[in-house]
Amino acid sequence: MEMLLNDFSPGLFIMQAVILVILIFLMAKFAWRPILNSLSERESGIEDALKAAEKAKIDMENLQANNAKLLQEARTEREEMLKEAREMKTKLVEDAKTEANETAANMIAQAQAAIEGEKKAAIADLKAQVSNLSIDIAEKVIRTELSNKDKQVALVESMLGEATLN
Amino acid sequence: MMAKQSIKFIVVFLLVLVSFKSFADGGSSHHEKGNVIDTPQEIKDHIKHHLKDSHDFHLFSDNAAGKHYGFSLPVIVWTSKGLKTFMSSAFHHDDAGHVVVDKGDVKLTKIHSKIYELNAGATAVTFDDKHHATNAHKVLDFSITKSVVGMLLAGVLMFLGFVTLAKGYKKGPIPTGIGRLLEPLVIYVRDDIARPNIGEKKYRKFMGFLLTVFFFIWILNLLGLTPLGFNVTGQIAVTACLAIFTVVIYLFSGSKDFWAHTLWMPGVPVILRPVLAVIELVGFLLIKPFSLLVRLFANMTAGHFVVMSLIALTITLKESFGAVGSTGMSLVLALFISVIEVLVAFLQAFIFTMLSSLFIGMAVEEHDHH
Repeated sequence: MEMLLNDFSPGLFIMQAVILVILIFLMAKFAWRPILNSLSERESGIEDALKAAEKAKIDMENLQANNAKLLQEARTEREEMLKEAREMKTKLVEDAKTEANETAANMIAQAQAAIEGEKKAAIADLKAQVSNLSIDIAEKVIRTELSNKDKQVALVESMLGEATLN
Repeated sequence: MMAKQSIKFIVVFLLVLVSFKSFADGGSSHHEKGNVIDTPQEIKDHIKHHLKDSHDFHLFSDNAAGKHYGFSLPVIVWTSKGLKTFMSSAFHHDDAGHVVVDKGDVKLTKIHSKIYELNAGATAVTFDDKHHATNAHKVLDFSITKSVVGMLLAGVLMFLGFVTLAKGYKKGPIPTGIGRLLEPLVIYVRDDIARPNIGEKKYRKFMGFLLTVFFFIWILNLLGLTPLGFNVTGQIAVTACLAIFTVVIYLFSGSKDFWAHTLWMPGVPVILRPVLAVIELVGFLLIKPFSLLVRLFANMTAGHFVVMSLIALTITLKESFGAVGSTGMSLVLALFISVIEVLVAFLQAFIFTMLSSLFIGMAVEEHDHH
């Protein structure tokens, strides 16, 4: 203890105190303050960035949920559209079929009518030709019949007789 | 782990101390003006001399030629006749009071690294049988001693390093170069020493002191491990000054609650309160600063003592183990202790700062339970 006290140098103590005070002051002003401020700034910056990232993550999740919802909706809509389209197709096909059937039926009817007309015309024509032929034949027959005067008279007589009967 | 370390350290210290004492006792062939330091007594004196502050920056000596290599430092003393300054070379490396420097109206001499002023009329120092000077007294010594040089060097190193770090932040948020090394240390002091002990709200105010003291002690401890041979934190005046700074800070920043609890402890019988107040006051004014100053001083002194003693083994064990054996042993042991000393250098800076912030934390704490 005595040696310790003997070793204690008051001058060194004062020098140390002066140096320490100056050093604390200088270090605080030129080093510690800017360093600690920069550190806390950086830390709050990091904290903010982390919070922002967290927020962005949540936003992203929301967005993804939205997207999924939209996708789901779109899918439903597409299915509905497809269904509609399918229905429409069926309907169109049905309609087309019906119409085609109708048209066909009409055409057939027209064709039948035409055929009927033609047939009638043909029959009429045939009739005409048959009557002409008959007339021709009758003419020829009559010419042969009327080659003598007696016969002509006889014929007129018979015809007149018939006419009276009518 | 810390406690284990200290125990180990004390054991090593005691072992070396005991063994050293036996060398000292056994050393009979003591010769005064040897060429080299090779006797236990001379080694002991050399170590003792090293542990003290010195008025010149001594690197090594050639005792045969009587030459000393190093440089002298300014001596500034406050004598009975006012301030006197001269270079320490005026003492011609004398440390026993043989050389008397005449500064006109005062005569000064140096005995065991202390400057003495001779009483009026005396021309040479006389000693009593305990080797105490009888006709001279100590003067207030403001010399730029080796320790002061060490402190200034540490201060300059700190200032340059941390100003570089501070400036680095202007370029970007991530420091580069030396700043990358220093920044984690600053964060360590802030987050592991100041914040948990002082509290989130109040720690900022004390960071200037805590950071300065931490790096100051650490750098000085590390400088002490270099061959330059500083022993600044082994000077009791230095550690006392540091401890007193802590005391002043926590006494002046003590909260109302702190004083209430110290002087008139609530919750105990009134009759016990004055007793507790005395105990608390003694604790805060004497025991705590004393523990701070002695811990740092003793650890660093012991460290220097052990390392130097182990280096000296190369001489003291030469007779028993031969030159190679003793040198090898000395090398291995000194290396081992030096590595521990690197750890202790940090540990002591940490403990000092830690305890300072703990005491400050006690003083600024505010209780909300009453």
